[in-house]
Amino acid sequence: MADGPVAELLLRRLEASDGGLDSAELATELGVEHQAVVGAVKSLQALGEVIEAELRSTKRWELTSEGEEIAREGSHEARVFRSIPPEGLAQSELMRLPSGKVGFSKAMSNKWIRVDKSMADGPRVFRVVDSMEDEVQRRLQMVQRGQAEKLGEKERSELRKRKLLAEVTLKTYWVSKGSAFSTSISKQETELSPEMISSGSWQDRPFKPYNFLAQGVLPDSGHLHPLLKVRSQFRQIFLEMGFTEMPTDNFIESSFWNFDALFQPQQHPARDQHDTFFIRDPAEALQLPMDYVQRVKRTHSQGGYGSQGYKYNWKLDEARKNLLRTHTTSASARALYRLAQKKPFTPAKYFSIDRVFRNETLDATHLAEFHQIEGVVADHGLTLGHLMGVLREFFTKLGITQLRFKPAYNPYTEPSMEVFSYHPGLKKWVEVGNSGVFRPEMLLPMGLPENVSVIAWGLSLERPTMIKYGINNIRELVGHKVNLQMVYDSPLCRLDAKPKPPPTQEAA
Amino acid sequence: MPTVSVKRDLLFQALGRTYTDEEFDELCFEFGLELDEITSEKEIISKEQGSVKAAGASDVVLYKIDVPANRYDLLCLEGLVRGLQVFKERIKPPAYKRVMPDGKIQKLIITEETAKIRPFAAAAVLRNIKFTKDRYDSFIELQEKLHQNICRKRALVAIGTHDLDTLSGPFTYTAKRPSDIKFKPLNKTKEYTACELMNIYKTDNHLKQYLHIIENKPLYPVICDSNGVVLSMPPIINGDHSRITVNTRNVFIECTGTDFTKAKIVLDIIVTMFSEYCEKQFTVEAAEVVFPNGKSYTFPELAYRKEIVRADLINKKVGIRETPENLAKLLTRMYLKSEVIGDGNQIEIEIPPTRADIMHACDIVEDAAIAYGYNNIQMTLPKTYTIANQFPLNKLTELLRHDMAAAGFTEVLTFALCSQEDIADKLGVDISATKAVHISNPKTAEFQVARTTLLPGLLKTIAANRKMPLPLKLFEISDIVIKDSNTDVGAKNYRHLCAVYYNKNPGFEIIHGLLDRIMQLLDVPPGEDKEGYVIRASEGPAFFPGRCAEIFARGQSIGKLGVLHPDVITKFELTMPCSSLEINIEPFL
Repeated sequence: MADGPVAELLLRRLEASDGGLDSAELATELGVEHQAVVGAVKSLQALGEVIEAELRSTKRWELTSEGEEIAREGSHEARVFRSIPPEGLAQSELMRLPSGKVGFSKAMSNKWIRVDKSMADGPRVFRVVDSMEDEVQRRLQMVQRGQAEKLGEKERSELRKRKLLAEVTLKTYWVSKGSAFSTSISKQETELSPEMISSGSWQDRPFKPYNFLAQGVLPDSGHLHPLLKVRSQFRQIFLEMGFTEMPTDNFIESSFWNFDALFQPQQHPARDQHDTFFIRDPAEALQLPMDYVQRVKRTHSQGGYGSQGYKYNWKLDEARKNLLRTHTTSASARALYRLAQKKPFTPAKYFSIDRVFRNETLDATHLAEFHQIEGVVADHGLTLGHLMGVLREFFTKLGITQLRFKPAYNPYTEPSMEVFSYHPGLKKWVEVGNSGVFRPEMLLPMGLPENVSVIAWGLSLERPTMIKYGINNIRELVGHKVNLQMVYDSPLCRLDAKPKPPPTQEAA
Repeated sequence: MPTVSVKRDLLFQALGRTYTDEEFDELCFEFGLELDEITSEKEIISKEQGSVKAAGASDVVLYKIDVPANRYDLLCLEGLVRGLQVFKERIKPPAYKRVMPDGKIQKLIITEETAKIRPFAAAAVLRNIKFTKDRYDSFIELQEKLHQNICRKRALVAIGTHDLDTLSGPFTYTAKRPSDIKFKPLNKTKEYTACELMNIYKTDNHLKQYLHIIENKPLYPVICDSNGVVLSMPPIINGDHSRITVNTRNVFIECTGTDFTKAKIVLDIIVTMFSEYCEKQFTVEAAEVVFPNGKSYTFPELAYRKEIVRADLINKKVGIRETPENLAKLLTRMYLKSEVIGDGNQIEIEIPPTRADIMHACDIVEDAAIAYGYNNIQMTLPKTYTIANQFPLNKLTELLRHDMAAAGFTEVLTFALCSQEDIADKLGVDISATKAVHISNPKTAEFQVARTTLLPGLLKTIAANRKMPLPLKLFEISDIVIKDSNTDVGAKNYRHLCAVYYNKNPGFEIIHGLLDRIMQLLDVPPGEDKEGYVIRASEGPAFFPGRCAEIFARGQSIGKLGVLHPDVITKFELTMPCSSLEINIEPFL
């Protein structure tokens, strides 16, 4: 059987017609809503080549509900004119009539009526002419009869402005027989049901084809944050390389561990209020390892361990000042100090990924807090070549193979090298990390043996993540202003997978 | 990192050859510099103030070069050129010499009043110098660069340079009451007292940043000559009387400060850089500084230090195998005149007064590596054998966050710093009850405290994502910070897990179910016994009355869950009911 009574009727009519049918005309003939015919057309279309339907749009003039009222009862001005008896009507009374206000001004401008303001009981309205032609009503009736085309453009637009007439676009279908035309079409099944399986009826039923171009329904699911997905990958890389994770769960740090222990002098600009968040409460570190503190003090103020030192008056008060750690190197310093206390020395490989804080000016790529990735290797006889070798392996795991090293200055590493990689998209070398060999002035006061070298490198977690996920504003990635849709949509983090080719730039 | 701006053509002229931009960039990279920008005065002005103002400005090409923060000897054209020429072995490093004057030595006498404010000074004379417009500009610019960097914005050291021929020594460095100091300062047409000047300079864009150094001191430092002419009021301004010009032939330089070592370094840098233009090149006329205790010093120090480093140490630290002779050659290219001595494995290195950054053998090792070329070093893997371990707290966090997502919750990452309001007022708690760590110098309210709970960050995340379809199910596992006098710094992080459910209905059962799931994951059975977990009716200002429970697990309270109070919801600019859960996960380690 056909798909519903209208569809069935449509097919019968179509069989009898030569050429085709108009959906609107069919609706009038069948005495059903046009929408019902359109529905039938669509369901027949879905069956394949049974029918062909061509969308046509026609414009038509239709009366508004007010227009229909006027076509029936006359224009407001005509109704006003008719309601005025020969002896006239008080204006106040006229205004109370349903058509009063609109009709009065129109009838006045048509010069059908006049107002006499000299009357004792207030202004009174009189007819000026004995009879009139209600043009508005006549024109609207013409439209009703389907003769809108006979009206001039100007007349139509005037009626439209008065909101009596509206132009409607009617979408109709021109329906003709398709290559597989038939009046006896059976309804297609949409889905396989348990009943069909048990009865075996599925074997005799046609099934409606699927639209494979449509999108599926996404599963309800939770999502991991893209930055933390990248963090997981970096942890994985370090673990694959045999690095042990350092504890970093102390955002509050003393200036001692954050700066002094790293041989960063007390007048260093990083220790400025402008760069570092200091703590008001608790303002000072309560305990410091005083033996070690004395060695650090001596190294800064007088030198030692083969160093000239900075030769300034080192102050314990300055070292006690608490702050929000400005780098995770403070945690590395604590880990190396713990390592130095273990005798005999055992080689170590450490890493950490955690938050650091800077009291900086904020912009699209800088926040007051970000994540730092740090790797450290401590062993006898490590060289700069070893540092470069470890960096090469590390960055290879990130999918970065073209590396270049630039001399640099860091207060606590010497030699120091910035790591650059060639960015094929930007067509230039970009800095991807910073590295170096920790200074003896940092390591020896900790108690590490003299022939032990410690190589280290660091980079931010946000930068590779922004590049990986194509994010330009760091606020869209980190913090509460994150776009959750971006979190929902972000793909797996596969750092060593080949990046998508950059979109071809259009010529400027 | 300081940036030095030099005229390209002047630079190439001094280097004796031209480079393409790429070639010069490459040279910089090799030497540890960075060609940051290629621009012109016109371009700079037009970028900052619009092209109208830039009309008529010079379009001479400028190179902006980033210099490592410890290389004060590269902060001007003269130093850059000398460094690069020595590196390329086109010249030998000059020998800087201090010479005694033919006549009387210039003396600077420090009085004891300076002790409390700026006790140190060093001085020297550049005799028969020949400035040109470019040299003069570079001389002024170098002082500015030194002031901004090693001098720590003049707090540690301030430099004054004077036309010696307008003055008559000996000079006195003293400190006086501001009202007793009166002179005509640089670029002014009349005399002012120090009090008046400090007021005038409050609106001076360049000088206002230095006023705080002496502003609240009872006495201000001042240097006068034997006739009472004021040379300078360090660290603010020089006197107009002794101002130097392009035509000045004899320059008296004084460096005053609170850090004697740095004052001496700064003086050494200025005189080594500009003695190049003296009649007797690279010689500096000595000056004598007499301290209040009667001790007298002769400056500039221009001290050459000798270090002996074994060649195999350099090879071992860098990971190369060069002969001692080659290493000495490499070091000499880095401005460190070196030769092989003793048993043929020792290298004697002369550290010139320009290289105050060389403090230790490791600095010498680095220079050898730079001259060798970092990118020529053979990469090798260390044989360090280690077994990796995860930090247990992070290991647990990683496992949990995956299963939180599997439970249908989406992970967010919020800031560890926030306003007092976020953790107190908005949650109906008094700030004093939070045991929060307070930051002393926040630039905005967003950085007043370290968070004591993860909840505000999650609620703010919802507020920023109100357009997203409901329900919103979010979680975060991260650290909060609480004051704790049992730790060395007086504060401690705790790893929290927080989750919220935001929808048209409060969904307490969903958050409760999530707790049950978390406990299942952590292998904690429900029940009152000491291994189990249980929730008990409780209350809290953040929760709707009667809709809050405290969570006990393994015998201790680990957090709360409940339906948030409408006041909390409103204060975070939300409109729907919301239930939340926050626990400390550290007991489950």
